[in-house]
Order: sequence, then C-alpha cells, then structure tokens
Amino acid sequence: MTDQIATTPLRVARPRRRFWLPLYSWLLIGYLVLPIGAMVLFSFNRVLTGLPQVSFQWNGFTTQWYQQWSQVPGLTAAFWLSLRLALVAALISTVLGTMLALSLVRYSPREFRGKSFVNQTLFMNIAAPEIVMGASLLGLFATLNVARGFTTLLLTHVAFSIAYVAVTVRARLSGFDRTLEEAAGDLGSSPFTTFRLVTLPLIMPGVLAGGLMAFALSLDDFVASNFVSGSTLPFPVWVYGATRVGIPPQVFVLGTVIFSLGLACAALSVLLSRRSAN
Amino acid sequence: MGESPAPVNVRLVNVTKQFAEVRAVDNLSLDIRAGEFLSLLGPSGCGKTTTLRMLGGFEEPSTGSIFFGEKDVTGLPPYRRDVNTVFQSYALFPHLSVGDNIAFGLRRQGVSKADAAQRVGEMLELVDLAGLSARRPAALSGGQQQRVALARALVNRPTLLLLDEPMSALDAKLRKHMQIELKRIQSQVGITFLYVTHDQEEALTMSDRIVVMNQGRIEGLGTPREVYERPQTDFVASFLGASNLLPGILGSATQGYYDVEVTGGHRLRVAAANVAEGLTASSAVQVGVRPEKIHLVPSARAEEAGTNCLRGVVRVATFSGVGNQYLILSPDGRDFTVYAQNIGDALAPRTGDEVEMRWPVEHTFVVRPSGTMTNEGE
Ligand SMILES: Nc1ncnc2c1ncn2[C@@H]1O[C@H](COP(=O)(O)OP(=O)(O)OP(=O)(O)O)[C@@H](O)[C@H]1O
Ligand SMILES: [Mg+2]
Repeated sequence: MTDQIATTPLRVARPRRRFWLPLYSWLLIGYLVLPIGAMVLFSFNRVLTGLPQVSFQWNGFTTQWYQQWSQVPGLTAAFWLSLRLALVAALISTVLGTMLALSLVRYSPREFRGKSFVNQTLFMNIAAPEIVMGASLLGLFATLNVARGFTTLLLTHVAFSIAYVAVTVRARLSGFDRTLEEAAGDLGSSPFTTFRLVTLPLIMPGVLAGGLMAFALSLDDFVASNFVSGSTLPFPVWVYGATRVGIPPQVFVLGTVIFSLGLACAALSVLLSRRSAN
Repeated sequence: MGESPAPVNVRLVNVTKQFAEVRAVDNLSLDIRAGEFLSLLGPSGCGKTTTLRMLGGFEEPSTGSIFFGEKDVTGLPPYRRDVNTVFQSYALFPHLSVGDNIAFGLRRQGVSKADAAQRVGEMLELVDLAGLSARRPAALSGGQQQRVALARALVNRPTLLLLDEPMSALDAKLRKHMQIELKRIQSQVGITFLYVTHDQEEALTMSDRIVVMNQGRIEGLGTPREVYERPQTDFVASFLGASNLLPGILGSATQGYYDVEVTGGHRLRVAAANVAEGLTASSAVQVGVRPEKIHLVPSARAEEAGTNCLRGVVRVATFSGVGNQYLILSPDGRDFTVYAQNIGDALAPRTGDEVEMRWPVEHTFVVRPSGTMTNEGE
C-alpha cells in the first residue's frame, strides 16, 4: 500500500504533463493565430453586394482580390508609403540606436557625462504612452511650422524606434569580450577596421533584431502616425479611415502578403542560423 | 622562413604604471635582447600582465618610455606596433574560420589573399594543425585553440611576441608537448619571446633569461642558472625554488672569499662571485643555501676544506620516493630544509639524530633584503 502511494504521483504526473503542456501551447498558439487566420480567410472571400467592401459572411472562394490587389488607388499608395517609411526609419534608427548602445556600454559614467540621464530617457521613451508622444509631436511640428508629411512621419518613427534598437543591441553587447577587439588591434587593425571586421559581425544578430523590430514598429504604427501624417496616409492610418465606410478586401490581401513575407523572413533566418551552426 | 625583419632590442626605461590606487609597475627598466626567450616570473598581482599590456600598446605607461630598437613607441596604439600577443584567453575570433583567424594580421598588412593563404598553410603545418583551416574556433579543443592563437601571432613575424600564460589551461602532457613545440618554433623563426608563466620549471627549462618580478619591480634577472644559483635578493631566493636563509653580518673580503658571521658565532664562507651586488663589508645580509646542496653527515666526522658546516638535530624526516626530506633544527632555533636523493645511502639519519649539515662553499650565496635591486640592466 505504502509502495503504491509512493509511486502513484510519478505515474500520474507524466501523462498529465504530456497532456496539459501541449494543450496549453496549442491553445495559446490558436489564440494568437486566430485573427491572422481570419484575415487570410476573408482575403479569399467573394463579395456579392457589388460594393468594394469585405463581407464577413462566407460567400465562396475567390482569388479575385489578389488579381485586383492594386485597384484601390489610395490603399496602394498608402501601402508603398508605409513600406518605404518603414525601411528608411528602420535603417536610420538601427544606425543611431546601435551607436547609442555602443556608447552606453563602452563608456564609464566618468567618460560619458549624463549617461544615466540618457538611460532614463531611453526607458521613458519606451514606457511613455504613444498617444502622448504623438500629441506632443504634433504640437511641436505645428509650433515649428513644419509641414506634415513624409518627413514628420519619418522623424516620429525614428524617434520611437531608436530606444528599442538601443536596448536590443545593448543586450548583445553586454557579454562582449573586449579582448577580441584588443586582439584585432594587436594584429594591425585600426579602430574602424576592428569595428567593421570584429565588433559589428559579432553584434550583428542584435543589430538585425533591433532593425527588424524598428521595421515592424514603423510598419504598423497607427497612434503616433495618425497625429503627424497630415494628408500623407500610411497604411494603418488609411485602413483606419476606411473602416468607417467599409474595408476593401484588398486590405486583407495586403495584410496577408505582409504576414507571409514576415513568415518567409523568419523561416530564412532559422535556415541560415542552422546552416552556420554546422 | 624568409624575409623577417632583423629582431631588435626592446627596452623599457623607468616605466611606471599607476592605476587609481595600485602601482602595478614601479620604475621598471628592462632590456630585452633581440631573439631571446625571456620569461617573466612573479607572484600573482606583481605586474606581469600590465608590463605586457604596455609593450603591446593596450595600456600607456604613467611615466617612462618604451623603445623598439631606436624608436620610441611609448604612445603608439597597438595597431602601429610590430608586436603580437598570445592572449591568455586566446581571443580567437569566433565568427572566423581558423584560416581566417591566422590570416587576419597578414591581410591587415596588405598581403594578398593568395600569399596569405600560403603562409597560413605553412603556419598550420608548423603548429601541427594542417587540415583544420576551415573549422571554427569553437569546434577545436583547448590545446588546438591555443596553437591557433600562437599561429595567428607568429605568422606576422613580429619584432616581439608577448605570451601571457599561454599554457595555463593545458594538461601536463599537452603542456610538455607545447613547450617543446614553442621552443622549436622560437629557434626556427628567430622571434623575441616575452613569456609570462606561473610555472617555474617551465621558465627554467625554456628561457634564455628569466626576470623575477615582485610588487612591480624587478628582483632578479639573468640566465636560469644564474638566477637559481646566485639569487640577488631574499625574495628571489625563496620564490624561485626553495632556500635556507640565515641572517648574518658580512665580513671583509680575503682572496676572493667573504666570511659571514651568523648568529651563534658560526662563520660561513662565500665566494665573492656569489655575494649580491652592492653589498659592503659589515652590512646586514642573509646567507643562503639550496636544500639539495646540503649533505648530512654524522656529527663526529672530521671537517673538510671548502665546505660550510652547521650542526643540528633531525626534527622531521620524510620519505618521498625519489628522495628524503629533512627538517633540521639548528642551534639558533631555525629549521633547515635538506633534500637528499634516494641513492641507497646506508646512513639515512632518523628523527632525533644529531647531524652535521655540510655544503660546498661555492653553493653558498649572500642576498640583499628584498626591494633593494640596484640599477638594473646591463
Ligand atoms: N585596469 C586596472 N585597473 C586597476 N588596477 C589594475 C588594473 N589592471 C591591473 N591592476 C592591478 O595592478 C596589479 C598588477 O596586475 P597584473 O594584472 O599586472 O598582475 P599579474 O602579475 O599579471 O598577476 P597574475 O599572475 O595574477 O596574472 C594588480 O594589483 C591589479 O589589481
Ligand atoms: Mg596576469
């Protein structure tokens, strides 16, 4: 009897763990993927009303909207604008954020006066509600009399992305072995060459992750963009405007395309890292 | 191995390195001869790494200068110095293959890809790693990584190669193998080696000369034999190997010999050559002898010429296979360590026996108190 009591929990625990953990995981994944699934599904949905509005009743499968993906003039322009904006913003904020991370990790407070202030600012930048930032930027641009458009959007997106890049790169840098840089100098490389050949390749995963994050943040930003876009509408702002009259199915098409591109990127990076591990 | 530039002397002149509170290197002057294998020995924290880092250009001296040949390199950054370092942690570039690691320095010098590849091949051969050129450092064993680090530095044929405890992580057997390898490479390539180690035997067997450092200063300098047989300070005498030291008063010289009067009125003879520099008659000194130089004889035996002797009582006798070690209590209450080889001596003394310790005059030396090195460098 005592024997059995001692062994019972072990015997039960295993199947249970085998059941609950996968169940939990799949439920969570389903919860996360469901909205995306709906988007993909309805991008293939027929529309019977004749109006260019997506219908949320299943009317049958069609690829019509994929063929006519660029038939909504405002939407296509917004889509290209958002891509361009995200690319440029990601590039700029990656460079600036990486440099910021380097200076924060490399210099002692004695060499870098105001370092803790910069750290605080980074934190605040991430923690501050975006709506406050958007409103205050709008105020700033209005006061300075800057015309709203691509430039103000770019400035805004760079401003909220830098902190994310800096934090990501800083995490990568904190375990960096400085002797590697000394070794490069020892072997005759100037500080710049050392950065190019040793430091940058080694922190590249962090830099890429930061850049991707900046790209994603910019691509789907609505709140701040809505304040500073003026009549230049990026994709999310355009879609928000369209919801009041009805969403064209092409929105779902473009959403699906963006999502698929993201998936492809993720798959590629897994593949590459697997290959370099061998 | 072709057109390596003629090695030059490397000189440190009155170099001091002051960190916030610590004086890591204290007014150190040292002449490193072209092509020699010079070892740097000393207790932990005595400034060995700091000295190396100043030579490599990673640390700037607080005062003093460093010369390569006639050229003052004191303020030059590492990449402008013809020095390469084998780092204690190897510091191999993890994102580059073994071949690219070794070619790194050559490529920076503008050597073409093809030439670099050839020299990398030669170097891999030299360190016995041929065929591993495409591997990443992470896929190598510790000993192999070490040899890559060595190859990466050697391939540039620097004026001076700095090695900071490059074998500290290797097991005894691999270490022995690498020592022989290193010595071979050094004589083959003809580069000046400055070698930091904690392993005395390693330093004694491999070096042309040895520097013993303590608290940022040089306490002893010379060939392994000189430093071992004629230490200049009590620190060196007890840091390098073991020594029996007795305080005494230096007498005056007669016919190339000094008498040292030790406590208890005994007199010990010392050859003038074995008296540390800068000592004059009637100064307070320490007289010493190495444990393995002492014979133990029954105390009744007649005196021999040319030996020093002291009486004592065997306090501890330990047998260690290859030899016997004794602690002998001398009349003034001091313990002497005596080491006798196990060569079947019938009359091995036992605990409590009264014995006489005898040793040749030429193995007696007189040292200064530590920290009083006279002007160093020849
Ligand atoms: N960057 C630094 N800042 C402050 N003090 C330092 C620094 N580098 C070394 N020191 C100090 O200088 C002294 C000498 O250090 P060093 O590394 O040269 O010793 P070492 O002889 O190489 O010792 P070990 O045998 O343990 O490697 C030590 O007291 C050390 O704490
Ligand atoms: Mg050290």
